[in-house]
Amino acid sequence: MKRILFLVPLALFVVLGIYFAVGLTRDPSHMPSALIDKPLPEFDLAAIEGETRGFATSDLDGEVALINFFGSWCISCIIEHPVLMDIAAREGVVIAGIDWKDKPGAGKSWLDQRGNPYVFIGDDPSGRTAIDFGITGAPETFIIDHKGRVRYRYAGPITPQIWQRDLKPLVEKLRKEGDDAP
Amino acid sequence: MLRSIISAALALIFAVASVEPTLAVEPDEMLDNPVLEARAREISRQLRCVVCQSQNIDDSNAPLAKDMRLLVRERLVAGDSDEAIIAYLVARYGDYVLLKPPVQTNTAFLWAAPALIFTFAAGMAGLYLSRMRRADNAAADERR
Repeated sequence: MKRILFLVPLALFVVLGIYFAVGLTRDPSHMPSALIDKPLPEFDLAAIEGETRGFATSDLDGEVALINFFGSWCISCIIEHPVLMDIAAREGVVIAGIDWKDKPGAGKSWLDQRGNPYVFIGDDPSGRTAIDFGITGAPETFIIDHKGRVRYRYAGPITPQIWQRDLKPLVEKLRKEGDDAP
Repeated sequence: MLRSIISAALALIFAVASVEPTLAVEPDEMLDNPVLEARAREISRQLRCVVCQSQNIDDSNAPLAKDMRLLVRERLVAGDSDEAIIAYLVARYGDYVLLKPPVQTNTAFLWAAPALIFTFAAGMAGLYLSRMRRADNAAADERR
């Protein structure tokens, strides 16, 4: 009995040690989105200057889609851009873009220069819609299912590896869910 | 010599201490109503800047923190309560946006931990002390 009592602090130490060791491997900047499995926030964004079509919540009705926050000021978005172009062209995925806190016309010329992967583009100069999405930085990408629910959030530039490993399988699964639903 | 060093150090400390900390809140953000503005500052101090993580939005110069400060003030002017505004941001950013973790099931251990550890330590200390006393008494008995 006495022996066991002596082992209690050691056991506690080991348990805490494991707990903290696991904790240290986690990235504190990675935050789960509060929107997962919740309906898409309501928004009705005007077109960016130079375009005619804006982007509203109702535009994606019944479609599995990606919503991508970008900005002409955002450096990582330049890295991500060709990947989005590729996804839109080769995978036939609907990608909607929200131009976050950009100067008038800057988003349009950015897309003219590089190509436009987006079916819809909304302008969010005040950043209010970005807050509704719980955005912490650009680029950030959400996957929306056919019922208009947010199913996944990726913070940071999508690379071909991340697309293949995480996003593409989920898009395919959600499409199947949409097809199976009556 | 020593005296002049001390007085120089004191002067430096005084100079540093008397400097007003630079505010992240810009004058054009502030509300005209001082009561609402005070509430805005108080709410802002409880909300985490999600870009810089260890700062509150009242202290942060990040553009997103500014957007959140403006949002807080806009909701205040619209007549929302402090709780409603904080709930509004928690709904979008999760509990993470709160600098002080709320007391709820997934944080129960966090909040209870100090009491648990204290109780455990006090129990162990009590056990140890009572054993010591018994050992002392036994030793005293033997000597008798």
